Amino acid sequence: MSEQLTTVDGRPLKAALASAERSKRIRAVLLVMPLFIFIFFSFLYPIALMLYRSVENPLIAQHMPETVAVLEDWDGNEVPGEEAFAALAKDLVVARESREIGKVATRLNFETPGLRSVITGSARSAGKWEPPYKEKFIDRRKEWGELATWATIKRLSPTITSVNYLAAVDRQYSVDGEIQMIGEDYQIYVDLFLRTLWMSVVVTVSCLILGFPIAYMLASLPLRHSNLLMILVLLPFWTSLLVRTTSWIVLLQTQGVLNDIMVWTGIIDDAQRIQLIFNAQGTVIAMTQILLPFMVLPLYSVMKTIPPSYLRAAESLGAHRFLAFWRIYVPNTLPGVGAGCLLVFILAIGYYITPALVGGQDGQMISNMIAFHMQKSLNWGLAAALGGILLVGVIILYWLYNKLVGIDRLKLG
Amino acid sequence: MSQISLPDHAGPVETIWHYLYIFICCLVFLFLIAPILVIIPLSFNAEPYFTFTKQMMSLDPEAFSMRWYQDFMNKEIWQVSIGNSFFIAFCATILATTLGTIAALGLSRAEMPYKGLFMGLLISPMIVPLVITAAGIFFFYATVNDYIPLTGTYLGVILAHTVLGTPFVVITVTATLSGFDHSLTRAGAMLGADPTTVFFKIIMPLILPGVISGALFAFVTSFDEVVVVLFVASVEQQTIPRQMWAGIRESISPTILAVATILICISVVLLATVELLRRRSERLRGMSPG
Repeated sequence: MSEQLTTVDGRPLKAALASAERSKRIRAVLLVMPLFIFIFFSFLYPIALMLYRSVENPLIAQHMPETVAVLEDWDGNEVPGEEAFAALAKDLVVARESREIGKVATRLNFETPGLRSVITGSARSAGKWEPPYKEKFIDRRKEWGELATWATIKRLSPTITSVNYLAAVDRQYSVDGEIQMIGEDYQIYVDLFLRTLWMSVVVTVSCLILGFPIAYMLASLPLRHSNLLMILVLLPFWTSLLVRTTSWIVLLQTQGVLNDIMVWTGIIDDAQRIQLIFNAQGTVIAMTQILLPFMVLPLYSVMKTIPPSYLRAAESLGAHRFLAFWRIYVPNTLPGVGAGCLLVFILAIGYYITPALVGGQDGQMISNMIAFHMQKSLNWGLAAALGGILLVGVIILYWLYNKLVGIDRLKLG
Repeated sequence: MSQISLPDHAGPVETIWHYLYIFICCLVFLFLIAPILVIIPLSFNAEPYFTFTKQMMSLDPEAFSMRWYQDFMNKEIWQVSIGNSFFIAFCATILATTLGTIAALGLSRAEMPYKGLFMGLLISPMIVPLVITAAGIFFFYATVNDYIPLTGTYLGVILAHTVLGTPFVVITVTATLSGFDHSLTRAGAMLGADPTTVFFKIIMPLILPGVISGALFAFVTSFDEVVVVLFVASVEQQTIPRQMWAGIRESISPTILAVATILICISVVLLATVELLRRRSERLRGMSPG
């Protein structure tokens, strides 16, 4: 048995080292904590709050308590009896007095369009009615005699709900509780998600096609010249997004610079100016230019590390210049291609400003729909659900990026 | 030998391909830079059009004017916006730089546990789509509004912009620290300096280029940000990007081109500063051993 090593003051060396390590670790964590706490409260918690919004549904349970209680035992096979109508009358009158009826009507209307006027109209009359209510309700609005209306109320009774997520993928519960596609005229979100993915793919591929040649040029020119050209890549990177979007409008609109040039040079007639912007194609063009630096920079930093002697070796062994480039150089750039493509794709998929300004009708992306539901339709639950789906996609890509590239290797100019 | 120069033995196919390649590169560079450059002459247009008039093409001095710049100077809303933008960006930059630099010091220590996880979380505001961040912050401000008024206040916008700016500071400062020779701090401590002195006399001067570029990134992020402003700010916190946003959506006037030109000048200055700092940092790192 060897004698245990100790420090001068008699503590075992192992323990002394461990405590020194521990205090170092604590010091490191203490340095990170202020930012972490800040990010936690003003970023992570708010996002969790948003995700909670997507499943939370307190409105109906809160403002129609009696109806919700009666409907608990309802089997959904036939229109409920007088008891439910009496509860409904009571709830509507109370909700109208507390001025919450508008919110209730709006919530039900999101689920089944057309219910808003049914609710507000009946609430106005219900105060003047005496029991029995059933006949009067159905007389006032025939919707009260339909199963779908009652099914909607019952569906929205629980305080935690999946209806927002179902709506975000164009689905809903049928009267008997099965999940089904919604009417064809209302199916927009799946298409929108697919279009967002498709546009992001097109932007990413365009960025790769345009970015690869110039990254190669930057990497192979002597530093003196490449630094100069690098400014051409970095200046757009530093220029305001709104400025760049504005310039694309100026360039591409029908009375814009590009159309003018084409008219002057006689390529097109003045009468047939081309609509280049305010559509999907304009959005893709503008986004490609805006995101191109994010492709060029990772490509460049990988290409910079590939020794030129590889290509010379391949050529001296008899490979044709093009073959050597394709078989030797391109495979070596793959880490940069992966990093650039992932980064551009992640940024593209959540793009908002450019599609909103130049997207027109068919160039809108999922972020624009989220903003629409946040600010215009005020269907916050649906906005949060759409955001939740987008967020999951982005987190998966971010995780992949971290695995393949490492976030600490993110290059900023 | 540079790789893209043409070897002497090149055949006609390779020669054509070589010039075609250079031509393609020129087109891509044009694609990158032309949209920015085209705005500058147009902002001096005497007519309220967004295209070059015949007179402009013939360089008639009458066709050029400063009227859109005067319009920018005279309209109160633009003056308020520019003041707000600078104020908000300045405050957010100070906060983001302080928090980000301290965190980067911790993150670059070898002893830091769960480094990858913390790094991933602290960088995430840069990756998460802005609309989602803005929506989350909107809900959060609405819930805490009874205790601290954040919706429609300067504080609210500044805090949100700080969140968006910190990832840039963390990235640039950790990158600078990756080449940092830790024996320097030990040497300082051994020579009798307390940790504060070591920080300000040894660490700070060496990582300063990284800190300043991070700060500039944070500044630009806030200065250019519009989505969060649209979600949580009130009319009182009108900023330049928001005013441009409204201008582009509603009635696009050439004043926007004048503003855009001014913003381009600002970005040129910022880019030049960052490039100078980067070179200085590379020089300094080249000198330190390891």
